[in-house]
Amino acid sequence: MDISDAFEALMFYIFAAVALISAIGCVVSSNIVRTAMWLLGTLGGVAGLYFLLFANLLAAIQLIVYAGGILVLIIFGVMLTSKSPWQTFQPRRWEVVLAAVLSVLIFIGLSATMLSVDWSEGAATIDANATVAAIGKTLLTAYLVPFEVASVLLLVVMIGAAYLARAEKRT
Amino acid sequence: MTIGLTHYLILSAAIFSVGVLCMMLKRNAIGVLIGIELLLNSAGINFVAFSRYRTGAMDGQIITVFVILLAAAEAAVAIAIFMNYYNNHATIDVDRGTALRG
Repeated sequence: MDISDAFEALMFYIFAAVALISAIGCVVSSNIVRTAMWLLGTLGGVAGLYFLLFANLLAAIQLIVYAGGILVLIIFGVMLTSKSPWQTFQPRRWEVVLAAVLSVLIFIGLSATMLSVDWSEGAATIDANATVAAIGKTLLTAYLVPFEVASVLLLVVMIGAAYLARAEKRT
Repeated sequence: MTIGLTHYLILSAAIFSVGVLCMMLKRNAIGVLIGIELLLNSAGINFVAFSRYRTGAMDGQIITVFVILLAAAEAAVAIAIFMNYYNNHATIDVDRGTALRG
């Protein structure tokens, strides 16, 4: 284990802690604006993890589209759909216990499954310096049809969202 | 200890279960949407980690690009629906949405 491995491990634990603690903060905070701010922490931590995984383009997209776009959309949604910014909805106690037990079971099941597999055989690594060029080439050759379908999907979503959210008299 | 694929998989499982918890506990519809974003992020971590440690190809990263795109589309439509719902019910408590007609 050399110094770069140690640095990578340190950065992994920092980003993982930021992402996980912010995700838990999303659940714990009852105010919806604070929940959205905790989501920003998770998105930033996941973007850092993408950098560690050599996915530079994805990390940039994550920061621009998620933190810059979706989060602003969510904040606007909060502002347009609540009378007071401090409005809260408290779940009942038995619901909290049931949901916590269920999600701990999901975590145990997922991690037991992942730990039971030997992932080391047949592993390959990617060239860390050429991921953006490789993504561009693959996206416009092997994934050309999904790429075009995705652009049509965005157009449909734009029209649909504008239609659904238009000003309308209550009947 | 060198960071490997397993670390990312465990972290992704943890964020996934926290996202499920968020979806189950929030009664505010936007809180449920935030839980879904957590789930999509954990799936993205998995795809990119497998792309680096297992396949050596770009497919995982490209699928994550599509996941982010679908998340943006889903958030836009969901918030438009929430605004419509708020116009009809004057709240976005998901427990109150028991009728199809407003």
